[in-house]
Amino acid sequence: MSDTHQQSIGYVRDSMIPESEPPLGEAGAIKWMRANLFSSIANGFLTLAALTALYFLISGFLPWIVNGVWDAPSIRECREILDGKVGGCFAVLTERWNQLLFGFKYPSDIYWRPALAFLLLFVAIAPVLFSKVFPKQILIFTALYPFIAYFLIWGGSILIPIFALLGLIVGYLVYSRFVAQSFAAGFFGGIAAALAFWWITGFIAVDGVLAIEAVPSRDMGGFMLNMLLGTVCVSLSIPFGIALALGRQSDMPIIKWICILFIEFIRGVPLITLLFVASVVLAYFLPPGTNFDLILRVIIMITMFASAYIAEVIRGGLAALPNGQYEAGDSLGLDYAQKMRLIILPQALKISIPGIVNVSVGLFKDTTLVSVISMFDLVGMIRGPILASTEWNGVYWELLGFAALLFFVVCYGISQYSQWLERQLQTDHK
Amino acid sequence: MTKTVILGTLTVAALAAGAAGAATLDDVKARGKLNCGVTTGLVGFAAPDANGKWDGFDVGICRAVAAAVLGDPTAVEFVPTTGKTRFTALSSGEIDVLARNTTWTFSRDTDLKFDFVGVNYYDGQGFMVPKALGVSSAKELDGATVCIQTGTTTELNLADYFRKNNMSYQPVPIETNAEAQQQYLNGACDVYTTDASGLAATRAAFEAPGDHVVLPEIISKEPLGPLVRHGDNDWGDIVRWTFYALVAAEEYGITSANIEELAAGTDNPEVNRILGTEDNLGAMLGLEPTWAKAAIAAGGNYGELFEKNIGENTPIGLSRGLNAQWTDGGLMYSPPFR
Amino acid sequence: MSFMTTLSDPPSGSFRLSMLINDTRYRSYTFQFIALVIVIAIFGYLGSNLFANLRAAGLNISFDFLGESSNYDINQTLIEYSSRSTHWTAAVVGILNTLLVAFLACITATIIGVIAGILRLSPNWLVRKLMSIYVEAFRNVPVLIWIIIIFTIMTVVLPAPNAFRGDNATASMLFGAFAFTNRGVYLPAPVWGPGSLIVALVFVASVIGVFMYRRYAKKLLFDTGRLLPMGWPSLVILFVPTLLVFFLLGRPIGLDYPELKGFNFQGGIQILGSLIALWWALAIYTGAFIAENVRAGIQSVSKGQAEAAASLGMRPNRIMNLVVLPQALRVIIPPLISNYLNITKNSSLAIVVGYMDIAGTLGGITLNQTGRAIECVLLLMAFYLAISLTISGLMNVYNKAISLKER
Repeated sequence: MSDTHQQSIGYVRDSMIPESEPPLGEAGAIKWMRANLFSSIANGFLTLAALTALYFLISGFLPWIVNGVWDAPSIRECREILDGKVGGCFAVLTERWNQLLFGFKYPSDIYWRPALAFLLLFVAIAPVLFSKVFPKQILIFTALYPFIAYFLIWGGSILIPIFALLGLIVGYLVYSRFVAQSFAAGFFGGIAAALAFWWITGFIAVDGVLAIEAVPSRDMGGFMLNMLLGTVCVSLSIPFGIALALGRQSDMPIIKWICILFIEFIRGVPLITLLFVASVVLAYFLPPGTNFDLILRVIIMITMFASAYIAEVIRGGLAALPNGQYEAGDSLGLDYAQKMRLIILPQALKISIPGIVNVSVGLFKDTTLVSVISMFDLVGMIRGPILASTEWNGVYWELLGFAALLFFVVCYGISQYSQWLERQLQTDHK
Repeated sequence: MTKTVILGTLTVAALAAGAAGAATLDDVKARGKLNCGVTTGLVGFAAPDANGKWDGFDVGICRAVAAAVLGDPTAVEFVPTTGKTRFTALSSGEIDVLARNTTWTFSRDTDLKFDFVGVNYYDGQGFMVPKALGVSSAKELDGATVCIQTGTTTELNLADYFRKNNMSYQPVPIETNAEAQQQYLNGACDVYTTDASGLAATRAAFEAPGDHVVLPEIISKEPLGPLVRHGDNDWGDIVRWTFYALVAAEEYGITSANIEELAAGTDNPEVNRILGTEDNLGAMLGLEPTWAKAAIAAGGNYGELFEKNIGENTPIGLSRGLNAQWTDGGLMYSPPFR
Repeated sequence: MSFMTTLSDPPSGSFRLSMLINDTRYRSYTFQFIALVIVIAIFGYLGSNLFANLRAAGLNISFDFLGESSNYDINQTLIEYSSRSTHWTAAVVGILNTLLVAFLACITATIIGVIAGILRLSPNWLVRKLMSIYVEAFRNVPVLIWIIIIFTIMTVVLPAPNAFRGDNATASMLFGAFAFTNRGVYLPAPVWGPGSLIVALVFVASVIGVFMYRRYAKKLLFDTGRLLPMGWPSLVILFVPTLLVFFLLGRPIGLDYPELKGFNFQGGIQILGSLIALWWALAIYTGAFIAENVRAGIQSVSKGQAEAAASLGMRPNRIMNLVVLPQALRVIIPPLISNYLNITKNSSLAIVVGYMDIAGTLGGITLNQTGRAIECVLLLMAFYLAISLTISGLMNVYNKAISLKER
């Protein structure tokens, strides 16, 4: 380097001087802090205020968590162990974890069944959520999952879910036989065939055939009940939501108005009033003598509630599609059902997925409201049997914090997924 | 996708619902289970233990009825109800009998179309205050903040009592007993008011029950009893006489311990009639001859149920008082079995 | 029926029954007819079940109970009410309580949300992170749990009035005027003496004056470019005349301080603990959603706008106030209003903290006492539906007004 320099003209530098370190104030932690924390006086104050707030939060929480007692039979012993120190009494979680997760009536020797159903849920849902990663074959398992989960959670004879599945298959076969002629014929024919199959199998006595221990829905409780209501109601409400959204977009005025009235009515009232309907009114509207148990009535009402919201999301997706897509379908000579099924809905649903996921998260959170109508979900268990018991009377923060954490993990996970999906779906370049 | 889960459940529900009809007895027999409405949890009267098994005084009535009708005291499905849902649950047929410390009032009997089959606990509304407050009479409660459980006759009595005595108060309405406890213990209200038996049960669950006193005033009459739908008198008779069988059993000294011995036959014709060895009273109700024997054997006679669940040797520690047999100066008086 | 004709008319006269299914022009009528029949059948079925059930139970549907006396007391009544009033009055008390808590929560949630939303975009890393923790924590946990948590904080952490008593009191009043207890917050109440009307009128006039001044300053700025100071003159106009009149008239407005008497604090204004818990829980929870809306709204304004303003030499807060926010509002306001709607609907969770809103009076105690479940739930739904429709109607009007006028 120095050689070339010597041969060059004195006042022209034709080589680079070696890179030097940036000045101390412009690099590393200091530079980062100046840029991000103390860029102006106001910002400096904000940082200090934030630090103080953070300090108080941490200094309050840390000893509570670090000193926590994880093994004690009651709050009094817990306090004795703590001996005046600040600390949480997390023993309530270890002692009552099964009640928090499964409610107090689910038989304890078969906890593995709902737990297994929960694990399988991930296997079933993975190919739907990450369609690119997992092979398509797993989708068969997804289709079978509802029946497996029903069998695992409710138990009873294996014939019930098998008949239900066979009915669906019969319906599908009829549908695929007729759909080429007319969608309506296939659709209604399929439904009729499935119903007929179920009606016939209803006469077969299934009690005790290949049965495992049956658990009545009344005995479901704890976080399991929240998960159950959430997944069942969301998956049920998607087909209804699609139907309502298409109905609302339809140019047939009567159908359109029926859908509008339904959607606006449901969206106009709080979920809690619908739950009141489920718990105190709905029984009057059922045929005399029949009786659904509360959980089924609640599932009906929450599904109606979710359908209305999902319908609005899908309507947004339908409206967002360029008109050209509709016109392209028409110009190919497709009828309404074909156009929707083959062209419009696949695209509209794809862009509505983030919205549907958001509605699902909201709905999952709202399943806690069932505690108000004396069902023992996670919040109901905490507010009812656990806090009322002599042993754990007064252990608020540990229990409420646990409930909040459980919901946070699930909901945050789902919303992160939805944001990831939104980025995946973004095909335009910003 | 998941559609069939609901359809599957529907089939199950439809199967479970069984045949329709006004005859509750037939429904219960077809179902093989008695649906009994209870509270969501009040220690001593009806509360699930850590394993989810229901226990308590009201639960005992449910089990006795189940034993009388089905011969099996465990053939009961306990349906927890709140103040809000209990009456719909009964009138819509979700439950067959409501044994949830419900006060017998005129309007419930007539307007809401229920039949109270008897009174299994004579209660009255009382007040509980912390000892530290230094209050010795309800008349000194002017200006107090009062916790009440909503959906009971309690709030009506309270309004009447304070109005009558020209005192002011601030009501704090609360849904469940557990929350009332939380509010009261943290001093968010000065007084907790509910039925005296409920106060005793609540106090028993406290860490330091001795720091709280129940004031002497009883401001209302609260006859609590099981109730059934109006109109099905056969079913009402079954529940009524099952209950009176428990009361009569105590009067005649039939206990769960000596019932087998007495069932072999005694000199007392009324005992024989109750236990089904003389005259077939069960047939008149459409039940087995040994219906009352099964009911008494389920959890003991009225006195035994009382002592076991809420009596003086339990944490709740209620004395018999008005609920003693009429022979001991109480109000428990069974019509004759003949 | 369908004879061949030589005329080339459209086949209007030749209607065959099969066209109801095969001809697209008529098929929609068939479908609509079927849909209508199904809906009517469902309603008819439900209705007939209802009447059969009611007849079997010997019950009826009647709203007469609304005229009967309610016989229960309510702890927060904005209108005259006692246990001798009717169930209808109790329902109105509940409606007003619902509207009160919804109104308070909407305002507070907006303030929290706007601040948090702007701070989420702040250049300050720490503040940005803290705000996203706040937003995520509150958005991902059910509002019911937050209501219970905040209510528990109210009842467990704050001292009971008893703690203020005696020589060794463990709690004391703030400035001798404010008492934070687990039954609520006690504030001094104004006592209106003679002449207080004048003070109030002067204050109202000052408020108008501030607006006039600001308008004048803005006009001056746009016309001449001269910038008048905004901050301190507004404060002067707002307070000085009022205070002057207040002291000249010899302090006609006094304060009634809350005082511990008997069981409770007496005097002053009490804000019920249940109201505070519900109000703040709803506000903080919905604030997190509003913060996200605000952030999305601000980010929707293209960067060039802010850069253009900066290149004109505007200061950052002015850029925000005069350039970015007005444009962002178009994106922010529609979801904001649906958040207001959510607050109103979520306020029905008052039942959990024992706040006597409409779901607590009409849908709670009245329903329990009269056993008129169908009627009460029907009225309850009608009320919420009316509110929702009103708000969404207003929103539509607003959306029309604000939508971009494209030329």
